[in-house]
Amino acid sequence: MSRRLPWLGLALGAGYAFLYLPIALLVLLSFNDSRLVTSWTGFSFRWYTALWNNDQLVGAAILSLRIAAVSATGALVLGTLAGFALARLGAFRGRTLFGAMVASPLVMPEVITGLSLLLLFVALAAVTGWPGERGVTTITIAHITFATAYVAVVVQSRLADFDESLEEAAMDLGARPWTVFATITLPLIAPALASGWLLAFTLSLDDLVIASFTSGPGATTLPMVVFSAMRLGLTPELFALATIIIAMVSVCLVLALRLGRVASAAARV
Amino acid sequence: MPPGNGPAPRGPGGQKGTEPWRDPEAEPYLRLRGLTRRFGEVTAVADIDLDIYRGELFALLGGSGSGKSTLLRMLAGFERPDAGTITLDGQDLAAMPPYERPVNMMFQSYALFPHMTVAQNIGYGLKQEGLGRSEIAARVAEALELVQLKGLDARRPHALSGGQRQRVALARSLVKRPKLLLLDEPLGALDKSLREATQFELVNIQERTGTTFIMVTHDQEEAMTMATRIAVMTDGRLAQVGTPAEVYEYPTSRFVASFLGTANIFEGLVKRADATGALVESTAFDAWFESDSDPPKPEGGRVFVAVRPEKMRIETAAAETQPHGANRLSGTVRDIAYYGDFVMYVVALPDGSVVRVSRPTETRITELPITWNDPVTVTWPSFATVVLAQ
Amino acid sequence: MNGGGGASIASGRLARLVVLALPYLWLLLFFLLPFLIVAKIALSEIAVGIPPYAPILRWTEENVLTVVLNFGSFATLLEDGFYLDAYLRSLRVAGISALLCLLVGYPMAYAIARAPEHRRNLLLLLVVLPFWTSFLLRVMAWIGILQDQGVLNALLLSLGLISEPLRLLYTEGAVYVGIVYCYLPFMVLPLYATLAKLDPVLLEAAADLGARPFRAFLTVTLPLSMPGILAGCMLVFIPAVGEFVIPELLGGPAAQLAGRVLWVEFFQNRDWPMASALAVALLVLLVVPIAAFQRHAARRGRA
Repeated sequence: MSRRLPWLGLALGAGYAFLYLPIALLVLLSFNDSRLVTSWTGFSFRWYTALWNNDQLVGAAILSLRIAAVSATGALVLGTLAGFALARLGAFRGRTLFGAMVASPLVMPEVITGLSLLLLFVALAAVTGWPGERGVTTITIAHITFATAYVAVVVQSRLADFDESLEEAAMDLGARPWTVFATITLPLIAPALASGWLLAFTLSLDDLVIASFTSGPGATTLPMVVFSAMRLGLTPELFALATIIIAMVSVCLVLALRLGRVASAAARV
Repeated sequence: MPPGNGPAPRGPGGQKGTEPWRDPEAEPYLRLRGLTRRFGEVTAVADIDLDIYRGELFALLGGSGSGKSTLLRMLAGFERPDAGTITLDGQDLAAMPPYERPVNMMFQSYALFPHMTVAQNIGYGLKQEGLGRSEIAARVAEALELVQLKGLDARRPHALSGGQRQRVALARSLVKRPKLLLLDEPLGALDKSLREATQFELVNIQERTGTTFIMVTHDQEEAMTMATRIAVMTDGRLAQVGTPAEVYEYPTSRFVASFLGTANIFEGLVKRADATGALVESTAFDAWFESDSDPPKPEGGRVFVAVRPEKMRIETAAAETQPHGANRLSGTVRDIAYYGDFVMYVVALPDGSVVRVSRPTETRITELPITWNDPVTVTWPSFATVVLAQ
Repeated sequence: MNGGGGASIASGRLARLVVLALPYLWLLLFFLLPFLIVAKIALSEIAVGIPPYAPILRWTEENVLTVVLNFGSFATLLEDGFYLDAYLRSLRVAGISALLCLLVGYPMAYAIARAPEHRRNLLLLLVVLPFWTSFLLRVMAWIGILQDQGVLNALLLSLGLISEPLRLLYTEGAVYVGIVYCYLPFMVLPLYATLAKLDPVLLEAAADLGARPFRAFLTVTLPLSMPGILAGCMLVFIPAVGEFVIPELLGGPAAQLAGRVLWVEFFQNRDWPMASALAVALLVLLVVPIAAFQRHAARRGRA
């Protein structure tokens, strides 16, 4: 079929070029000795050194990684529970509302989520005195809230094609419900949980808008620093940062593919 | 339940030892009383009473939605009965969760754990019992030998063929030595070529282990060849329970008569009923049906009679106008279906209804002696006429 | 078969409660309640202070609790052409972006769905991969390409196609490029999901019945991939309406879109009631597409 339709391959190639040429450009420019994007004056690591010595960027990166790790873990717990509730509990009171609340953050414009959470924190502080100051905690809560939706969707769709007779078989063979969960359900949905966690981690690490709304004076995340730097103009330091992120993602990807091959082989029955 | 003149019993001589259901003194192993399960408005299983004896290979036969799977799942503990009791070997099972029942199940999909090896799959149930490592290994090895899968213990399910998976599933459910083994469409996922060999092997294993098997199937051939007794289910009820020969030769209802094999069914009124047999007059056309067994209804009662196509004879008639008579019908051949081992004739009667008659192909034929539009007479002996109760 | 089987894992009452209550309460507190607060503040007056709005429940001098609703923010929203223009522009830009995404994404999804099975996952992964790298930095790459002294202008100049740099950055076109670039995976994934499920035998049947390939595509493939098209368009359109970063960085002063207007109202003008009113209006604008998307998601969840 694809041989008879060469334009399909062409469209695919053009699509990938569109997706990857800008990224390749970032990587290339990060090694450019010149500050200008239009002239190549030689290969250099100087922007990486500059990045390393930029305490503001490094500090923001560490903060963002911390927030992302905590948020992803929180979202994993809540999202897994929500996914289970939607996939397994059948009909319960308030299911429609629950389903809507779980799915909405997927499409909700970030400015609305950010503004509404900020106003909540302000109102809560006025009524209960907590949170006294906005910062890491409020950003983390905000990130858990919207990342939960993504984890829930991943877990729910994994459970939707989960063969429940596997759990019945385990129970039939004498395993109690918690043993069934620990020895059958959990190992089989583990890949979905891992990808849910990674997704939540990435979303948190990447978020500018919601963090800007819910952050306070002491907490500046990496995207916030990058954003204000970009408004002043492009600097090759940012290209270097981009290259490091791309490298990290690639390494994770290779690892995930290795793991995924084992998991998908196990799931192919 | 068996008619007075009794069908040919299954097994040699029909001693009481092999047919405990004929012995009024015998103690049933599994006893179901008033078992009922509803899903909303639908009653999936309706008030079922059933006794099953130790060592039986009992088949629940029915179409989809007949309630056979729900019944099986209640025995396993996955469905809670709305009413009724389940007693196995004197023990009440109804309130027991699946993981405490001395009952194991072989799932239709096999439900092999994809993240475990064959040995881990088979050993899973033993591990739950808290057995030691070496004992588990020994029992797993024994089970693998029973199903002839030695040497495959380190494989994962996805690296097995369909037939091998079926054996692993069987070994896994047998290794706990359950009092009752439930099999949900055990051969349903196998190729046709594998199925027959596996049928015999399953029966073999059942006899060797002495375990009581209950099997759910929609395939009448599977039920007939394997089971000691069959329960035919429809609409959540047991339509008939009996040995394969009983339910085939002595169906009690129109449903059973036409569900198992093919049957010609006629409606009529009982004209004569006594110990020597019955005479039923057709209400559709001018003919009589003679039977040598007791009719279930007295004289004047409205009944249905069933006649199997293979028990009928078909002959070319001299003239189309020959009248009907006792166990004799006249008509013309409308359709012929050649099956290889037999030929099925569809004969149209003057009133528009049809009768199916089969004829074995004992000799090699290239041209059928009876062909389309031939006037024919169909006759059968009186033992072939079964007067149905419902 | 497994209707209301009493023995499923989550059947224990306590387990059920925990599984449900924790995410339920969290979402009520941190997702639903905030919207109610937004609606409330949208009806408040702006005030000087912290927080910068006046309460709608107030004690009058006669010690009577009164509700003071202020529809001023909504009135401004409707009367001041600036806001209406911004919202209409947002809808237009989001709509055109969704269409452009569809035009780029459909051939890609189709090609992946028709690729040999063992290669599909890798091809799909290549579409999603950029999504895992930083959003901001990907936008930055486009600044480097499109700016006056950028890569594209330099290329065109050196080829002699133009004699002076073109204005590419800070145009609406740049916003489209940015949105299509960032949201393409959200279009390709649902399209691929429906196209991969499409039985190729249907196309053979259409061909057998005399339809030429293009006609078979129009009459069989396209209608059957409608659910994917709708899902993909919603996934691009809805977030694009409220998008802030791309118009801010690539769009220049003319690209006043809803998300950006809200941001400015909040962070620069510190008019919280107005920002809230804008959020409510944005939500009202999106309620139909969001509901449509949810119904789609619910249907897919059940299947």
